[in-house]
Amino acid sequence: MRLPLSWLAEYTDLAPGTRGADVAASLVRVGLEEEDLHGGDITGPLVVGRVLSFELEPQKNGKTIRWCTVDVGQNGQMLTEGKHQEIVCGAHNFEVGDLVVCVLPGAVLPGGFVISARKTYGHVSNGMICAEDEIGLGEDHEGIIVLSRLLGEEKAATLQPGDDAIALLGLGEETVETNVTPDRGYCFSVRGLAREYWHAQGSPEGGYRDPADVVTPPAGVGGYAVELKDDSPIEGNDGCDRYVARIVRGIDPTRPSPAWMTKRLTQMGMRPISLAVDVTNYVMLAVGQPLHAFDVERLSGSIVVRRARAGESLTTLDDVERTLHADDLLITDGGERPLAIAGVMGGASSEVSETTTDVLIEAAHFDPTTVARSSRRHRLITEASKRFERGVDPKVTAAAAQLAVDLLVAHGGGTVDAGVTDVDRTTDRTAYLLDVTEPARIVGVDYPRERVVRILRDLGCVVEESRDGADDTHVLVTPPSWRPDLVDAPDYAEEVARIDGYNNIPSITPTPSDGRGLTHARKARRVVADALAGAGLTEVLSYPFVSEDLADHLMLPADDDRRNAVRLANPLSEERPLLRTSILATLVDTLRRNVARGRKDVAIYELGLVFRPGGPVGTAPVPGVAARPDAETLERLYAAVPAQPRRAGILATGQAEQAGWWGPGRPADWSDMVAAVETVAAALAVPVAVANDPAHAPWHPGRCARITLVDGTLVGHAGELHPKVVAALDLPARTVAAEFDVDVLVAASAEPVQARPFSTFPPALTDIALLVGSDVAAADVEAALRSGAGEWLETVVLFDVYEGERIEAGHRSLAYRLTFRAPDRTLTTDEVNRFRDAAVAAAASATGAVQR
Amino acid sequence: MNPSESSERTPMSGPNTNYDPVEVSALDPANIDGAVQDALSAIAAAASLDELKAVRIAHQGEKSPLALANREIGALPPSAKAEAGKRVGHARGRVGQAVTARQTELEAERDARILVDERVDVTVPALRREPGSRHPIELVAQRLVDAFVGMGWEVAEGPELESEWLNFDALNLGPDHPARQMQDTFFLDPVDSGLVLRTQTSPVQIRTMLEQEPPIYVVAPGKVFRTDDLDATHTPVFHQIECLAIDKGLTMAHLRGALDAFVRIMFGEETRTRVRANYFPFTEPSMETDFLCFACHGEETWGTAEPCRTCGGSGWIELGGSGMVNRKVLRTCGIDPEVYSGFAFGLGIERALQLRHGVRGMHEIVEGDVRFSQQFGMGV
Ligand SMILES: [Zn+2]
Repeated sequence: MRLPLSWLAEYTDLAPGTRGADVAASLVRVGLEEEDLHGGDITGPLVVGRVLSFELEPQKNGKTIRWCTVDVGQNGQMLTEGKHQEIVCGAHNFEVGDLVVCVLPGAVLPGGFVISARKTYGHVSNGMICAEDEIGLGEDHEGIIVLSRLLGEEKAATLQPGDDAIALLGLGEETVETNVTPDRGYCFSVRGLAREYWHAQGSPEGGYRDPADVVTPPAGVGGYAVELKDDSPIEGNDGCDRYVARIVRGIDPTRPSPAWMTKRLTQMGMRPISLAVDVTNYVMLAVGQPLHAFDVERLSGSIVVRRARAGESLTTLDDVERTLHADDLLITDGGERPLAIAGVMGGASSEVSETTTDVLIEAAHFDPTTVARSSRRHRLITEASKRFERGVDPKVTAAAAQLAVDLLVAHGGGTVDAGVTDVDRTTDRTAYLLDVTEPARIVGVDYPRERVVRILRDLGCVVEESRDGADDTHVLVTPPSWRPDLVDAPDYAEEVARIDGYNNIPSITPTPSDGRGLTHARKARRVVADALAGAGLTEVLSYPFVSEDLADHLMLPADDDRRNAVRLANPLSEERPLLRTSILATLVDTLRRNVARGRKDVAIYELGLVFRPGGPVGTAPVPGVAARPDAETLERLYAAVPAQPRRAGILATGQAEQAGWWGPGRPADWSDMVAAVETVAAALAVPVAVANDPAHAPWHPGRCARITLVDGTLVGHAGELHPKVVAALDLPARTVAAEFDVDVLVAASAEPVQARPFSTFPPALTDIALLVGSDVAAADVEAALRSGAGEWLETVVLFDVYEGERIEAGHRSLAYRLTFRAPDRTLTTDEVNRFRDAAVAAAASATGAVQR
Repeated sequence: MNPSESSERTPMSGPNTNYDPVEVSALDPANIDGAVQDALSAIAAAASLDELKAVRIAHQGEKSPLALANREIGALPPSAKAEAGKRVGHARGRVGQAVTARQTELEAERDARILVDERVDVTVPALRREPGSRHPIELVAQRLVDAFVGMGWEVAEGPELESEWLNFDALNLGPDHPARQMQDTFFLDPVDSGLVLRTQTSPVQIRTMLEQEPPIYVVAPGKVFRTDDLDATHTPVFHQIECLAIDKGLTMAHLRGALDAFVRIMFGEETRTRVRANYFPFTEPSMETDFLCFACHGEETWGTAEPCRTCGGSGWIELGGSGMVNRKVLRTCGIDPEVYSGFAFGLGIERALQLRHGVRGMHEIVEGDVRFSQQFGMGV
C-alpha cells in the first residue's frame, strides 16, 4: 500500500521537513514494514511532448530506431536553437500526434542518472522519451509512456506540449510504500496508515482527522431496491451483511477527473480511467472501502445479492467468461442476471461507459471467507478482494458512499437521489473483559494500568472501567469496527507492546532445566556423514524431484517398490512431477553437472529422505482445531503420511587416487563403493556382511554388492552402475554407486558396544591357498574358514586372488593369512595346524575349496 | 690391565725362553713414545671409519709395536717389570683413547652425512586422494543445534512430506486464511489427499506439542519446500531451523533472550537485536527481529559511496519472524493456555549461510558443485 506524503498530511499532522524515509521509519516502529520509496528524486526538465514526426532507421545490430521530432513547447532546443526537440527512441508503441513524456538535457532521473545531449545511432539525441520505470512511476518498461493511455483521453486532451510532467505525474512528491500484514486490512487505506503514523508520533491529542467522519443521510424510502438473499452462508456468516446504494444522475460523461485526483491515483500505482471509476478508486484508497459503480440504465430496477446457481456464468471486466460456483456470492440484476462477483470483480455488461450519465454507487460489506474463496477459485486478486479478504470496516460503508457521491456531484455535475439504500445487518462487537495485568504477563514489561487503558483508547477501543472502582484489574474493551483482529488478551497485549514500543521488551535468556542432549539417531547420523566425508567424498544436496521415465532409465523392474512414487499435483516442471524414491535418482544430476563443468574426478554423497508410499497415497484426515484431536484421529493422521526413510547415496567417477610423483593414479571402481559403506558401518561399530547381488538395478549384475547386517537385514547396495543405466543417464563410463538405508545402520548402532577381551600372548600366523570355483564368493569362503577355525581365530585376511594359466580354468586361487591367538597361553604349532586344517575342511565342505 | 691386553697375551705360552737382546729394545722408552706418536698421527689422519679400522689393526693389533712391546714385558727381570708394564700400559691407553675419540667423531660425521643425503623436497604434493567435505548447510544447522543443545534444548524432527492439517490448519492457518494463499505450496496428487511438501518446519512443533508434555524446549532443523523458481534469492527446496519453548511463565522477554542468544551464536558476541511488531497466524503477539550488522557494527552507510555489502547499508539485518505461540494453537495441541505459554522463532539456514560466509547467490548452495562444499571442510 502506498502513501503519498501530501495525502498523509491531510489526515494527520506532518511536521515541516518530514521526509519519506522519516515516515517509513515511523511506520516500521509500529509494525508496518517498508517496501519502497517512490518519487521525490527527480529534477527536470521533464515535460509533456507531442510527437511531430519520426523516421524509421534500421541499425546494424538489427534494431530499428526512431529518429523523432517532438514539440516540447518553450523548452530545450526551441530555446537554444529555435527548433523542435530531436530525440532518438528505441520504442515503437507510439504514433505521430501522441503525447509523451520527454526528459531533456540537464534533468536528473531516479538513481542520479544525469541526462545530457549525446551522440547515438548517428544522431545527437537531445534527451529521451521516457518509459514508466525510468521515472520511477512503475515497473513497466515495455514501451514509452503514451499519456492518453496512462491518464485517459479526456485528461490528455487538456495537456499542452511543454507542461511540467513532474507535477502532472506527482513525481515531485515522495510516496512511501508499506507492506500490510493480513491482520491489518484497515491499513489498505490512507485512513488506516495515517492513524498508525499518528500512533507512531505518540497519538497527540487532535492530531488525527478521520476522513470517514462525514455526515450521512439515514436510509429511507425511495432508495434503490436491494435484497440480501444468502441461502447458504459459509460457516454461518452471511455473504453480505451490509449494502449501501446511492444514485447520482445527470453526470456529464465528458467531464474529466480533477488533476489532483488523477495525480494521486497515479502516485498510488493506479491508472485513471473515467470520473466515475476514478472516484470509486479514490474513495477506496482514502477509507479502505471498495466501491462499485453501475450504469443505472443497464439495471432493471432492483439488486439481489445471492449465491450463484449451477451453470451460471459471468463475463468479468477483464473480458474473461467465468463459470460460477455455488459458493460464489453474486450481485444480480433483479435476482436473475449476474452483475458482479461480490467483492472481487464486476461484470462487463453493467459497467459504466463513456456515455453513462446515471451511476449507482455500491458500498457493501462482504464476508472475508466468501471473497477469499471466490478470489482463489477464479484466480482473481483485485484491489477489492485484497481488502475484503482481510476485513473491511463495516461501519465505514455509508461514509464511503457519501464521499463518492460528493465527488461525483462536485466534478461530474450530477445530482444525488434523495432515496438512500442501507440494508444493515451488521452486529455490534461484543465487549471483552480484559485483565489489565495480562499484557504485562504476556509481554514481560510492567505496563501500568493507566498506560494500558490510554493505549487502547488511542487505538479507538471503547474502554469501560469498573464504575465504583471495586475491580481495578479488569476493564471492558470494545474494539473499533475496523479491527476485527482484536479478540482476546494476546491481541490486546500485542497492541500495548506495539504502541509502547517493542524495543522496550527486555532480553531474558530462558533456562530449560533437563535437556538430554542429542539423540542417538542424530549423533549416529553425524558419524555417517563425517565418515563419508572422511573417506574422501564431498557432501552435496539435490532437489528431490524426478521425471517419470527415470525408473526406466534406472532399469527398475516392473514390481520394484521404487517405482511406487508420490506425484505432485503442481510440480515446478511437468518434466519432474515425482518425488524421489532413492537418493541416487537425483544425485546422478549432480554428478553430471560436475562433469559438465569440466571436472573428471567426482566423488559425492548425499544424506536425505526418500518418499516410499508403498502403494497408492491415502487421504489424511482434516480434524477440527478447537481442541486436541482424539487419539484415533491422530493415529490416522500420522499413518496417512507416507514412509520417508533416510538414505545415503554415493556416486563416483574418474580417479579415486590421483597420479603423481609416486606413480599412476587409481580409477574409482566398485570396491571403493563397498569400502565406503563398510567404512560407515565400521564408524558406527556395526558389523555387516557382503554378498554378490546379480540382480539389483541400477547396478551392473556382475559388480553389485548386497550389504546386510549380520542378521540379514538389508543395509544397501554398492558397486558399478549397469552400463545401460550409465548410457541412458549420460553418465561417464564405469560410474560407481552405492545407496544404503541410514536408519537401519543407526538402529543397529543403538545398543552400547560391549567390549571383548583381547589376548596379550603372541599371535600364530599361518597362510593357506585355496582353489575354488570362480563363481564361489570370497565372502562365503571366509565365512566357512571362520566357522571351522575355532574360537582362537583372530583375523582372516585375503591377501591374494589369482586366476590364470597356472590353475585350472573356471577356478581361482584365494590366499588367506589366518591369525590365531589364545587368551591364556602361546599356541603350539600343532594346535595352529589343527585349527588351520579344521578351517580348510569347513571351507571345503561349504564351498568345494581345495587346498593347494 | 685392560681385557684387550690380556687377550693379546693369550698366545704367550710359558716364560720367555728365547731371550733376544735386540728385541728388548722394543721396551725402550724412546721407542714406545715413537710408536705412540706414530699411532696418534695415523689416527688423526684416518678420514673414514674404514681407514680408522686399518689404523687400529696397525697400531693396536697383535702385530703392532706396542703389542709386541707388551709381549716383551714377561721376559724382563721382576725388578724391571713394573716400570716397563706401567710405561707400555700408559702408551696403549693413550692410543686406545685416541681411537675411541676419532671413532665417535667419524660416526657423527657419517650420521650427519646420511641425513643430508636422505633429504627430499617435501613441497611436492602429499595428498594422493582429495579430502572429502560436508555441505555447509548441514554444518551451519549443526552449529546452531549444538549451541541450543548446550543451553539445554533438545532436537525435534518430522517428515518432509506432511499432512496439510499439521502444516497449516493446526498452525491457525485455516483453508481460507490469506497467509495460507501466500505460501506457494507443493500439493500431492490427488489434491484431496491432504498431503503437502511441508512449507515450513513448524509442523514439527505441532507434532512435538501433541506428543510431549510441557516444559518443551526444542529446536527443529529441516528441509522445506515452496513453489519458487531458483534465482539469486529463492530456491524451491531450502532449510529452516525453528525453536519452540512451552513452559510456565514464558514472556516475550524470554523470546527476545533466546533470539539474542541465537544471533550471538551465529554472528558473534557483539551483535544484538531490535524488534518490532509483525503478523504470523501461528503466534500472537508476533515479532519481527533485526540484528546489528556484524560486518559494519550498525554503522549506517546507506547512501554513502560504499554502503555495507552485508546489510545493504542500514546497519541492521532482518532475522525472521517469531512470537508467542497463539493460544488457539496451544488448544489444538491439548495444552492449556491458562497454565502454559510459549514462544517460537525460526530462520532460513541458507540466509544464515549467505550472511555468515559471504555466499553471494543461491545457485552455488543448491547446485552440488563440489568446489562449493570443499571450501568448508568438515566444520564451520
Ligand atoms: Zn552492515
